[in-house]
Amino acid sequence: MKVIEQEIQALKNSISEMWALVHQQLYNAGEAMLTGDKELAYKVINRERRVNAFELKIDSDCEDIIALYAPVAIDLRFVLAMYKINTNLERLGDFAESIARFAGNLPEGEPLDPQLIKETRVEEMLSELLSMISLTKEAFEKESSEIASRIFLKDNLIDEINHNSTAIIARYIEEHKSSALAGLYMAGVIRKMERFGDHCTNIAEELIFYLDAKVMKHMGKTEQ
Amino acid sequence: MIKIDAKNVDFYYGDFHALKNISMEIEPNTSTAFIGPSGCGKSTFLRLFNRMNDLIPGTRMQGQILIDGRDIYTKSEKVDRLRKNVGMVFQKPNPFPKTIYENVAYGLRVNGIKDENYIEETVVKTLKQVVLWEEVKDKLKESAFALSGGQQQRLCIARALAISPSILLMDEPTSALDPISTSKIEDLIHELKNDYTIVIVTHNMQQAARVSDKTGYFYLGELIEYDNTRKIFTNPEKESTQNYITGRFG
Repeated sequence: MKVIEQEIQALKNSISEMWALVHQQLYNAGEAMLTGDKELAYKVINRERRVNAFELKIDSDCEDIIALYAPVAIDLRFVLAMYKINTNLERLGDFAESIARFAGNLPEGEPLDPQLIKETRVEEMLSELLSMISLTKEAFEKESSEIASRIFLKDNLIDEINHNSTAIIARYIEEHKSSALAGLYMAGVIRKMERFGDHCTNIAEELIFYLDAKVMKHMGKTEQ
Repeated sequence: MIKIDAKNVDFYYGDFHALKNISMEIEPNTSTAFIGPSGCGKSTFLRLFNRMNDLIPGTRMQGQILIDGRDIYTKSEKVDRLRKNVGMVFQKPNPFPKTIYENVAYGLRVNGIKDENYIEETVVKTLKQVVLWEEVKDKLKESAFALSGGQQQRLCIARALAISPSILLMDEPTSALDPISTSKIEDLIHELKNDYTIVIVTHNMQQAARVSDKTGYFYLGELIEYDNTRKIFTNPEKESTQNYITGRFG
């Protein structure tokens, strides 16, 4: 194996580990929020440092490959895509952490109202986001732009849930004035999840750029 | 208007089929790089543009090469006139054993120009053009061999330009030079393509990427891919091209 191939393989391994970590972070943050498990929430908050450490390492690895090996063609697209995917994964890690902080700040013994969870479809949203991360990771590992392109449709569902949530939460707050704060926090979490979906879309776009040299940015979701 | 138009070119060294049905159009005032592994035919193809291969016994060419629309392989084509229009710079700087001044003046003199004022003007202008003037203006009567390798190569470019060609062929012009001299030649290529059509053979991938508008990738005598350099180095069509430029070849 050529030296540059070894470097690229090492970068692939690092980013794959980061991907798995971010998936686990979101899964745990979601569990902590839905079940009120504060210990799990703190675990997510503490592990966020690992996500940040991955980001720094991968940034540095990308810089080294560009400076030392002057990659071209698919190698260049790979490094550029990983550089951007790295940033998106780090942001996903931040979102998982903020969901965990929300879970950690819930009043002791007062988990989220199941009615609020059900009506906002936040559990479904969470499950869809986890599936989006898994799908992007699968697309990356199988080097399949066809799998990556499936992300765009999934993000439409996230957007729909987010869009409907405002009216649902407003009505919930009206009906449950004593739980207004939880409702407002939930609105914040759903906004973050919607951004989470956008970052997954960005990752899919970068994968398609790397694999097919096609620029998908700013093309509009429905066309994709 | 196409500057160099190669049509279905085949070339043989005896029985060896060195170039296989190559067609290529090169536009004026552009820089085109030929890349490919050793023995792929890129230098052979370059040398066809000023009929340098005519000097090699046992060679044979089929097809057509047109420069400014005129077939340069017809019997009526005068090779000396062709080479006045198509200058060439080689891998190793090869100044004549003459003074710096006379190296540049040489082409003018052999073309019958006797006006010393014109010759001097041209020598100064050309040395400035290749960004060598400041370094040699006080030693024009000294031997060209006293110059460094990078300076000698720029002198050879000046010698080629002095007779006002419209095409400049460069066969690995920097492979014997240090990085600073290489950088000067590459900057020069960027400048020169405003006035000349440049075709360069190089083994340095990054050099091809830096200096050329279009790149042709040759392999085993075939032109595998010919496209905009940006395209070749970001998203080549052919897997063979990608394997070569990413170093995965062989």
